[in-house]
Amino acid sequence: MEPLSWLLEPLRHDFMVRALLVSALVAGVCGLLSCFMTLKGWALMGDAVSHAVMPGVVIAYALNLPFALGAFVFGVGSVAVIGYIKQTTRIKEDAVIGLVFTGFFALGLTLISKVRSTIDLTHILFGNVLGISGDDIRQTVLISVLVLVLLLLFRRDLILFCFDPTHARSIGLNTGFLHYLLLSVLSLAAVAGLQTVGIILVVAMLVTPGATAYLLTDRFDRMTWIAIGSAVLSSALGIYWSYWMDASTAGCIVLVQTGLFLLSFLFAPRHGLLAQRRR
Amino acid sequence: MASYPDPPPSAERICVSHLCVSYHGVVALHDVTLTVKAGIICGLVGTNGAGKSTLFKALMGFVRPSQGEISINGLPLRQALRRQAVAYVPQMESVDWNFPIHVANVVMMGRYGGMNLLRIPGRDDHRAVRESLERVELWPLRHRQIGELSGGQRKRAFLARALAQGASVLLLDEPFAGVDIRTERLMIELFQQFRAEGRTLLISTHDLSHVTGFCDEVVLINKTVLAYGDTSEVFTEENLARTFGGSPAQRLTSPSLAPRPEPGREPWGSER
Repeated sequence: MEPLSWLLEPLRHDFMVRALLVSALVAGVCGLLSCFMTLKGWALMGDAVSHAVMPGVVIAYALNLPFALGAFVFGVGSVAVIGYIKQTTRIKEDAVIGLVFTGFFALGLTLISKVRSTIDLTHILFGNVLGISGDDIRQTVLISVLVLVLLLLFRRDLILFCFDPTHARSIGLNTGFLHYLLLSVLSLAAVAGLQTVGIILVVAMLVTPGATAYLLTDRFDRMTWIAIGSAVLSSALGIYWSYWMDASTAGCIVLVQTGLFLLSFLFAPRHGLLAQRRR
Repeated sequence: MASYPDPPPSAERICVSHLCVSYHGVVALHDVTLTVKAGIICGLVGTNGAGKSTLFKALMGFVRPSQGEISINGLPLRQALRRQAVAYVPQMESVDWNFPIHVANVVMMGRYGGMNLLRIPGRDDHRAVRESLERVELWPLRHRQIGELSGGQRKRAFLARALAQGASVLLLDEPFAGVDIRTERLMIELFQQFRAEGRTLLISTHDLSHVTGFCDEVVLINKTVLAYGDTSEVFTEENLARTFGGSPAQRLTSPSLAPRPEPGREPWGSER
């Protein structure tokens, strides 16, 4: 097939154009956030929050509220529960995270099977970007823009918070606020990402681009650009690939992301495997 | 540097009175009273768990004392902190050296507290960063990623951040851990310059040789202040025995001195 028609033919469908645009936006925003997640060491937290938002989404749908609201409450709530259990018991953090998010996720599964609604479980689990409705697009765009604005506004404070929270606090920055800001943004991004790749794979959007970029540069600014670029590229390539192969869109997007990570893992000029071998 | 120093030298920099701190009912510090003047290097000596880091946390406003008060430069702690009076220089092991950030940015972080909410640096901020980096002789390396610095340069980068902050009180947490002799001399020289400028340095350490070397005053601490005053007066066998729970001071000195690497001289060096 000719490359040009490979690119252009899918664009004749409105749903493809919509999917490409929405997922590029979501991927870019998640890519930016993934830099903070990677550097803060919050990958596991991202996994937890993205699963824990599920009951919130179901309840919000059932009550006809914006799903972002439900996701936000349950995302931040799960982290509060994790923090509380960790503080008051002797259980280690990874165990607490594991048990809390699976508990929330199970609640979501149960609710979805009992609450009468139009939600399709597989859409929540694996995303449905090709069939995304106008209402969902509006919400997703709104959330993405909100996350983007918050991350840009508090960019320097958040970098400092990731790098040296003690110093941040000693010069009078409100680290408690920054902590919950980053968590809130994470919950919101998880809901946005949920639309494109679903709950199960959204953590890839929140971790992989940052990790890929982290191996390629020692500058935060470049790291964010590389992460955003690789995330947007992955989402576009993934959607094309899934179109032509008639394969799972979420699977394709995340596979491309993982592929880019592997390339960077092997060939990154300084921190890649080959460069380290040569040294 | 612009914002500093507030009081004239010889004034009281740190004033702690009857400070008590407890965590979940366990007493970490009890009735600590302490006054350190401007332009003093003060050693803070005690075993692990004696409350050194709790005292640091109290001085940074991280813990709420159950009793007592702290003032710095004659101001209540909160106000002093808002004026960026206190800088904490972290232990080197607690820093993520792979973080994608370069030296000048780390030093600029010292200025954030005084900037607008977007933390866009102004001319003063850039000047302060430059002056601080020149002081510690890192200006030519300002664009290096922090992990590319040598051990001594890393320490100096964080000292530069404290300078850029314009702090009059520096809290240094085990500053000599894992440092070679040459770097140590360089750091002590810097400390003495800071002292000459009227800054007050509080240095937590369990290596007693440093205390006698260049500290003007010493605080011996074990949940409370056991002894405090001029180094020569405080540093008695009896006081040290009390601080370290009765074991001879000699034994406490040696293990921390032993692992320090001496550049250019390996134990087996001459035989090769």
